Parts: sequence; structure tokens; C-alpha cells
Amino acid sequence: MKKNILWRFVLIGVTVLLAIVFFLPNTPLFQYMPEWWKNTMPNKGITLGLDLQGGVHLVFEVEGDRAVEITTERIAQSLKDLLVRKKLTGEVSRSGLLIAVSPNSMEVRKAVEETYPILTPTETGTKLVYKLSDREAERIKDNAANQALETIRNRIDQFGVAEPTIHRQAANEIVVQLPGIKDPKRAIEIIGKTAQLEFKMVDDSSPVAAEIPASVKAGGEEALLSQFSGKIPAEDEILFERIVNRETGEVTKRPLLLKKQTMMTGDLLTEAKVNIDQRFNEPYVSLTFNAAGAKLFEEITGANVKKRMAIILDGSVYSAPVIQERISGGNAQITGRFSMDEAKDLAIVLRAGALPAPIKMLQNVTVGPSLGSDSIEAGKMAGIIGTILVVIFMVIYYKLSGVIADFALDLNIVLLLGAMASLNATLTMPGIAGIILAIGMAVDSNVLMFERMRDELKAGKTPRAAVDSGYDKAFWTIFDSHVTTLITAAVLFQFGTGPIKGFAVTLSLGVAINLFTALVGTKSVFDLINSRQEVKKLSI
Amino acid sequence: MLELIKGTKIDFLGKRKFAFIFSGILSVLGIFAIIQVANGKANLGIDFAGGTSIQLKFEKPIKLHEVRVALEEGGVRDFDLQDLPAVQKILIREKKTHQQLGQVSDTITGIISQKFPDNKYVVDSTTLIGPKVGGKLRVDAGQAVLLATLGILIYIAIRFKFDFAVGATVATFHDVLAVLAVFYFLGKEINLILVTALLTIAGYSLTDTVVVFDRIRENLRTRLKEPVEAVMNTSINEVLSRTIVTSFTVLITSFALFFFGGEVIHDFSLAMILGVIIGTYSSIFVASPIALFWEKKGFLKKRK
Repeated sequence: MKKNILWRFVLIGVTVLLAIVFFLPNTPLFQYMPEWWKNTMPNKGITLGLDLQGGVHLVFEVEGDRAVEITTERIAQSLKDLLVRKKLTGEVSRSGLLIAVSPNSMEVRKAVEETYPILTPTETGTKLVYKLSDREAERIKDNAANQALETIRNRIDQFGVAEPTIHRQAANEIVVQLPGIKDPKRAIEIIGKTAQLEFKMVDDSSPVAAEIPASVKAGGEEALLSQFSGKIPAEDEILFERIVNRETGEVTKRPLLLKKQTMMTGDLLTEAKVNIDQRFNEPYVSLTFNAAGAKLFEEITGANVKKRMAIILDGSVYSAPVIQERISGGNAQITGRFSMDEAKDLAIVLRAGALPAPIKMLQNVTVGPSLGSDSIEAGKMAGIIGTILVVIFMVIYYKLSGVIADFALDLNIVLLLGAMASLNATLTMPGIAGIILAIGMAVDSNVLMFERMRDELKAGKTPRAAVDSGYDKAFWTIFDSHVTTLITAAVLFQFGTGPIKGFAVTLSLGVAINLFTALVGTKSVFDLINSRQEVKKLSI
Repeated sequence: MLELIKGTKIDFLGKRKFAFIFSGILSVLGIFAIIQVANGKANLGIDFAGGTSIQLKFEKPIKLHEVRVALEEGGVRDFDLQDLPAVQKILIREKKTHQQLGQVSDTITGIISQKFPDNKYVVDSTTLIGPKVGGKLRVDAGQAVLLATLGILIYIAIRFKFDFAVGATVATFHDVLAVLAVFYFLGKEINLILVTALLTIAGYSLTDTVVVFDRIRENLRTRLKEPVEAVMNTSINEVLSRTIVTSFTVLITSFALFFFGGEVIHDFSLAMILGVIIGTYSSIFVASPIALFWEKKGFLKKRK
């Protein structure tokens, strides 16, 4: 055997060995390997995509404009305090992203603009109208997206999902991937809850309070709000509490007239956990404030004894107990006819903190585990049948040379799986299709070379010369056709979503490896045959 | 030596008028399909149109029209139903999302559980796509197809002469348009998976064209006295068997995918089968005649 042929076989042997080592974690054999092997050798293999192992792929949009609005409101509130502090008389009101300050006097203007240089005047008539500068608004939106990302990550960690992927995409989108999750609906609720906890006082002193009915049917909220719009005081609002009848399970809504002003929010919490109410054997969530929160809570309760304080989460009242006495120690509780899971989830979102702005679901792809395993089985089946048919066809059409092509084909499959495993690539259902198509395309190179060899043989060349010039002349044809496939695969990779990226990966790897197996693999076998003795006739 | 096709002397280019008429019609239909897709009048998958799709797998066989009636009574509007009776699956698609994303699937599963209490089911998959995402994906897909075609055009122009590049690109565009036209008129769903198949077809159908062009280029160098048309005809005949064999092996695997690959990949395999067949046809009947046409117009006169 010529040295150069031997080296090529060594090269093929080494790549096959490497491929097997990399792919081993995906086979049942891996669990029988010794400990040192599992620890030191490649142990990840090919990962299954969400479409094959089941799970959810979610895309959320962070409503950055709402975050800007919230900041604007906060600034408007502190401007009011500022005017009082500076002993200036004036009005501050906010609508949407604009803050209107009147009167337009030098003192007022100076006070506002010196304290808040981030405000840009948009109108200077009788009133001064401000909005946050574009740069500041961008910063707030960016911050909101980052914070939302952190908060969601926290919540998912506490909920307990193995290997979640959570990342930002574009300016204001967050992608969450939860593989193998059993209860996707619950996870989505945990992620999507803004979890803005607020404490507000119930306004029982207003004459309107007496007119408001004790309860309305679920769904009747809108009608009641429009009935009372205009009647309620400007500093008040109506929110609803969900009431479940303990005997009948009927759900009604209790409207409550509340002061708009938020006394306290959930950002002063240090702990939220689930406890069981001894009396009704119902879970509730107990809250613990940090030192500053405890002090504030003590002050508020002390100043409002015998009044009702509403505990509000995301705009819904959970309870509105009467403050019996000044509460020190920084503890509060949220009750509200929870199931155990609901209470647990609520505790999670409160612990992880509120989202800086509401988020909106843009996309949700959920795949159940059974569909995934069905797909894998179907993919294996199609792959095996496709391979067997191609192998048979090649042997019938090209005889012994067909066997050599089949050897290259198997080499192709082994190396492709090994390459994917070495890259820890993700296998998706379209990815499986890519592998199977690559099998069909893999023999194409051999077909092109064999046909060339046939041409050369017909032209009267010896088998050895036919092999050599067949390879030489077919090379560029094979190369060109592979490059065009790679171009489209690259475009697909660039534009595709997860499953389609998987397709692009398997197809392009398959095509690239095919160049190697066809040009090194089969050629070496032919050279080996030709090197032994002068072959009289080529079985092709 | 087993040869299915040998020593053929078919006058392929002589039949170019019929080929141009046939392919012209296919391409026009394909362009029509693109216009319909752009206007949202085709059967767009929810990844392009936005909406909700739910796939349910039932324990017992279930009748499609019973599900339809149940959903209509439950107040669900604008939905499509499709069943896979062999595996007792039903696919429900709701395109015009009036409700907040996420509620539609709850409504639908609620209705099904209530109306068919003794036929248990599992939710195989749910997909919810907001309208914004759908619009973006549609634009992305269009750009991807254009980008891929441009890439191929440039590569072929570098490797071959420009008139060959024109022939190859027209043939490739033709293949993509033809498959799209067939899908549109069969009422099949136009979705991301189909676009993936179309791009794969664009890349793969070039293999045959490259094989033919390589031979033409080679023969043009040796047969200087023959007219270009005759050289092209001889070349196509010479490589006819490999053109068909290479397509045949990919067809084998595409058929394996079509019959055994499961429902997720079913339409993808159909597109591949169509694409490979049309691609083989176009590499013979479209690519070379276009190159010839371009040459006759005087762009290829540099040949010595």
C-alpha cells in the first residue's frame, strides 16, 4: 500500500473515531462508560430542540412607553412637592407623557428646570409643558428591558425550570425558552404578571362612597365605571375586589372607592412566603418589609387607625382590611381565596420583584412532549428507509463502485452526527429533514464522479486513468453545486427562527462533510484497489 | 454497466418554445401567488398571518364537523379545521385574533373539554403569533429569498460567464415560483417551513444546472466549429443520465420523508419532491435556452 493512501485511511479512521467519541453521549452506551470518561471526554452531545423535546418558546415585548409614563408620573408627583417646598403656588398635572406646570413664571420655570434637567419644554404658553428628553426616555426603556429580563430570570429560577434560556432580542423584546416544562400555562402567568403591589387608602369619607353598590356581577365592571365617571372626586378612583362565595363558588366583584395616591409599593419587601390560615385552612401570602418599609408601614398604619387600607396587585384589590392599630415589625399579609399553587406563584412574583413595566406576549410556541417523541420516531424511520433505498439503488446501478459510494454515505452520516455533537448543535425537526436530504445529496457527488469515470472508460482510458481524470474533472462541478447549497443554507441560518436554524446547520454541515467523504473517502478506496495490481475492469 | 439512459440525441433546445410557454405559465402563476400572499389572500400559516393554532390528540376518533359545530356554538369565529384521522389529531387555526393573545387557546380547549367530556385529549402543540411578529417574518422571508437568489447569481457569475448566470438564476427563480404556484393552487399552507423548502430547492436545483453548464463550457472549448445550440444539445444529452440519477437519489429521500417523516415535515417533503422534479426539468429545458437566448442577443459573442 502506498504511503499516501495509508495516511488518508488513517485520517478517515481518526475522524470517525472522533465523531464516535463526540456522539457517544447521545447513545445509550454512554451510561456504561467509566466515570473518568464521563468527566473528561465530551459529554454533551447533540441537544434536542424545543420542537423535539417539548417545551415553550415565548417572546415578550416590554412596554417601554409605560415605563416612561411611570417615571413621568413620579416626576410630576415630586414637582408638586418641590413647588410646596419652594413656597411657590402652582399647578402640576400629567397626561400621558406630558407634564403641565402653571403658571408660566420665571421662578417656577427655574425651579423645575434646575431640579430636572432631563425635562424638555415642548410648549411655553400660559402653561409650561414638559416631557422627558428623548435620550432619557431611551435610557428608561433600555433600563426597563434589562430590569424585566432580570426579574423574569429571577422568577423562572424560583419556579424551578431546568436549563431555561432567557435573553433580550431587538431593543424591547425578551425571549424565554423553557424546555421540557410540564405546566407551561402556569409558567406563562408567572412571567407575565407585572406584580405591582400597592397599598392605597379606601375613601369612606366621600359622599360618593355610600352610593357605590356592595357588589356587581363579574363582567359588570365597565358599566359601573361609566356610571360613576365624573361623579367621583378627582383624587379618587374605583378598583374592584374579587369575591368568591364560600358555599356556592359564585364570583362577584366588589367596587371600592380608593384614594389614587399610593401609600407604599412592593419594592420595600424582603420576603414573601406562603402560610396556611388555621381558620379556613386556606393559604395566604405573608409579606415582610425591610427596615425602611417597616418604618413607613408603621407610620401609615399609625396615621390611619380605624380606616381601611386596600392591598392591590396589578390593579386588582386583594383585600381591604380595617387598620385596628399601629402595626410595627413590618409584616403584612395578602389573603384572597387562593389555591395552594396560586399562593405559591404569587409569593414567587412578589419575591422576585415587580416588572418595571407591563409586558405583552408576542409569540408563544408550545410543544407537548408526545409530539416531540413522535417526530423523532418518524424522523428516524424516514432516515433509515431513505438510507436503505439509496444504498440499494447505488449498488444496483453502480455495482461494486456503488458499494464504495455507500461506504462514503455511511461515513458521511457518522461524521455529520459527530460534527453536530462536537458543536453541541441543536437538533430540530427540520434539522432531521436536513440530515435526510443531505443523505440524498451525499451520493450525488459520487454519481457525478462515477458518470465521469464511465465517460473516460468509454473513451478508452485504463481504469486507473479513468478514476483519476474522473475525479479531477468532476471536482469543480461538485464544488460549485455544494457552494450554491451552502449559500442558501447561510441565508436560512441568518433569517430563520430556531427550528429552521437547525435545518440550516444540518444541511450545511452535511454538504461540507460530503466534500470530504467524496473526495477523500471514495477516492482512497479506488486508489487502494488500483494500487494492488493493474485492474483490468472497473465494476461501475 | 447499467445505464438507464444512453446515447440519446434529443433536440432539447428545439423544444424551447413549448418549454417557454409551459414555464411562462408556471412563473406567471407563481408571481400571482406572491401577489396574493403579499395581500394576505393566500392560505397563510399563522407564522406569517398571526393568530393561534392548536393541535389536539384525542384518545378516540373524533368527527371533524362535530368539532366545527361545537366551536361555532362556543362563539369561536374565523377558524380552520384540519384532521389527521390516522393519528386522531385535529388542528385548529384561528387567524383573526380579536382577543388578547393567549386567551383564544384557553377558550378553544375549554369548549372542547366541555363538549366532548368522554373523549380525552392532550394538547400536542399550541402556537400563538402576534400580528406584529407575523408581518416581520413575512418581510424577512421575502428578503431571504431575494438575498439567496442574489448570492447564487453572484457566485455563478464569478464561476461562469454572465449569460450562464442569467440562465441559472432564471431557472432557479422559475423553480421557486412553480413550487409556490402549486402550493397556492392546492390551497396548501404558505408558512416558514415552505419558505425553508423553497430556499433549499433554490440551492439544490442549481446542482443539475451546474452539471449541464459545466459540460457545455467544456464542449464549447473543444467543438469550436459547431453552432452553440448544437453544442448545448449534445452536452445536455451527454449528462442527461447523471442529471436524472442525482435528482432521483434526492427524490428517494424526499419520498421517504413524505411517507414516513411525520406530519410536521409533510408539506416540506412535498415541496422538496415538486422542487426536485421541476428543478431537473428546468436545468434541461429552461437554463440552457435562456443562456442561448442571451447569447443570441449578442452578449456571448466573445467566443473564439
